[in-house]
Amino acid sequence: MSNAYLNISEVTIDFPTENGYYRALEKVSLGIDKGEFVSLIGHSGCGKSTVLNIVAGMHQATSGGILLEEKEVNEPGPDRAVVFQNHSLLPWLTAYQNVELAVDTVFKQTKSKSEIEDWINHNLELVHMSHAKDKLPSEISGGMKQRVGIARALSMEPKILLMDEPFGALDALTRAHLQDSVMEIHAELGNTVIMITHDVDEAVLLSDRIVMMTNGPAASIGNILKIDLERPRNRLELADNEKFNHYRAEVLKFLHERHVKKDAA
Amino acid sequence: MIMGIFKRCFVSKQSLLQADEKNTMLKFATSKVLYSKQTKAFIIPAIAFLLFLAFWHVSASSIITSLGQVPGPSQVWSQTIVLVNEHFQEREKAEKFYQRQVERNAKKLEKNSDAKVKIRNYTGNPTFIDQIGTSLITVLTGFFVASLIAIPIGIFCGLSSTAHKAMNPLIQIFKPVSPLAWLPIVTIIVSAVYTSDDPMFEKSFVTSAITVTLCCIWPTIINTTLGVSSIDQDLKNVSRVLRLSWMTNITKIVLPSSVPMIFAGLRLSLGIGWMVLIAAEMLAQNPGLGKFVWDEFQNGSSNSLARIMVAVFVIGFIGFMLDQIMLLLQRKVSWDKTAEIR
Ligand SMILES: Nc1ncnc2c1ncn2[C@@H]1O[C@H](COP(=O)(O)OP(=O)(O)OP(=O)(O)O)[C@@H](O)[C@H]1O
Ligand SMILES: [Mg+2]
Repeated sequence: MSNAYLNISEVTIDFPTENGYYRALEKVSLGIDKGEFVSLIGHSGCGKSTVLNIVAGMHQATSGGILLEEKEVNEPGPDRAVVFQNHSLLPWLTAYQNVELAVDTVFKQTKSKSEIEDWINHNLELVHMSHAKDKLPSEISGGMKQRVGIARALSMEPKILLMDEPFGALDALTRAHLQDSVMEIHAELGNTVIMITHDVDEAVLLSDRIVMMTNGPAASIGNILKIDLERPRNRLELADNEKFNHYRAEVLKFLHERHVKKDAA
Repeated sequence: MIMGIFKRCFVSKQSLLQADEKNTMLKFATSKVLYSKQTKAFIIPAIAFLLFLAFWHVSASSIITSLGQVPGPSQVWSQTIVLVNEHFQEREKAEKFYQRQVERNAKKLEKNSDAKVKIRNYTGNPTFIDQIGTSLITVLTGFFVASLIAIPIGIFCGLSSTAHKAMNPLIQIFKPVSPLAWLPIVTIIVSAVYTSDDPMFEKSFVTSAITVTLCCIWPTIINTTLGVSSIDQDLKNVSRVLRLSWMTNITKIVLPSSVPMIFAGLRLSLGIGWMVLIAAEMLAQNPGLGKFVWDEFQNGSSNSLARIMVAVFVIGFIGFMLDQIMLLLQRKVSWDKTAEIR
């Protein structure tokens, strides 16, 4: 466990509030291997984003910590790129310029001007956005914005790709397209990914492991489900796959049970 | 039976009539829509303005002052023309003055090619239009200096809550101070510090401009602070994740996202600056519109009130134009072309 690629070890965090501290997470421990795709699932407010933000370096754990390749993480950095829920593109920059901003800060020293240009174009191509690279975020659809957000994150060649409900704001069809794109990219580049989602199908379809979190306060990991499905995965074929449906049911059951418990409390 | 047919005829005729009526009503309705758009855009303001002129005309003629009757719209209009004519006459005089000198110098040189020739400056009184120019230059100088100071301070206060806490009391205390209170201080300090034998600017100009700066610096600071401190948390996170350098953060994220608020502040500032300037010029005797008003007031001729009223309209109109120019600039630099800016 301690020699995992990314090691989240006994992370506890207290947020200061008006009436004392609020313990959002208690002793969350998780090891993630290189190239693994892990989903975090759990009820709203349980602390999924908090876990992600601690890995990203935006929050500091009260106790415990994060090791990436055995090095401690305590500030944000381009080795952990984040895809934000609501794209978070800079509205005054075009798709190309948004990616450029990231590439410039990461590769200014190591790449030449033309290499940088090629690299930006390559990443936009990866998410099928080359045709709209000179458009402003306000001129493209929500799905396209999210694609650019992913291109921006990928362009930094991060060790870990962190995605906080990346497709939450999208319609079902667009979401399916983007899921396929993410699977393609993951197959091609072999990124290590942590993704938060509320969508059970999405979690089962994309993940190698699904991490189910208990409800807060003092949330921790309730259960981890290994998804043993062949890749590449095809959503249509999997629809009647027994294993797929079994995993799906498992996750649903977990979420439902937790929900009932919460109501009773 | 016959009655029935009659009835039916009648009924159908009536329904025909009704249809016709509906048609005309429809036409009427569409023309009404067009009409109401035009009225909103042009006719209503025009009517309001005419009413205002009428009211002014009537009430003015019933008030008698030490300088005679309060001037109505027509007197003010004729004074406007007088003021414009005075300007052109003065220009003509100046031109003739220079021409005479040139001719005289040419003659001198003809007689003696070593003669020293000089062109003296024309020292006529500044005309109303010259004074408008002076006022504009003064207010823009004061405003420009204020912006140069206020925007960086605002950014600084917006980024650091410590800086904001430190600055806030000062801002709150100095913001409501009247230009009339600043002016004596500024005048005395300027006369003490700004001493040179051949000054580039008149003292009165420096005093007025600084007073404008002091009064119009605050809205820009406050609005810039607000704009910078309310940058979307997501964008701040982007900046942190990308580990943007301090400068890149300012130019790529902070400035663009607070541009609307900065401009809101700048517009307020320029408005205040213009208002303050007139008072400052009156007391500092900067040869602008404020001095014009003051001189006319001291002058006390039968035309003075009308001439002051011309100045009032010009001041108002220029203030309005300045605001419109700021609005245009704001639209131009704002990235969000869809947002309605007014
Ligand atoms: N900066 C903060 N200060 C105080 N409390 C916080 C802070 N950030 C998060 N919390 C609290 O921590 C808990 C977990 O929040 P978090 O955003 O991680 O939930 P989440 O699982 O991502 O929820 P959702 O699915 O709705 O996004 C919540 O109760 C929230 O109120
Ligand atoms: Mg969240």
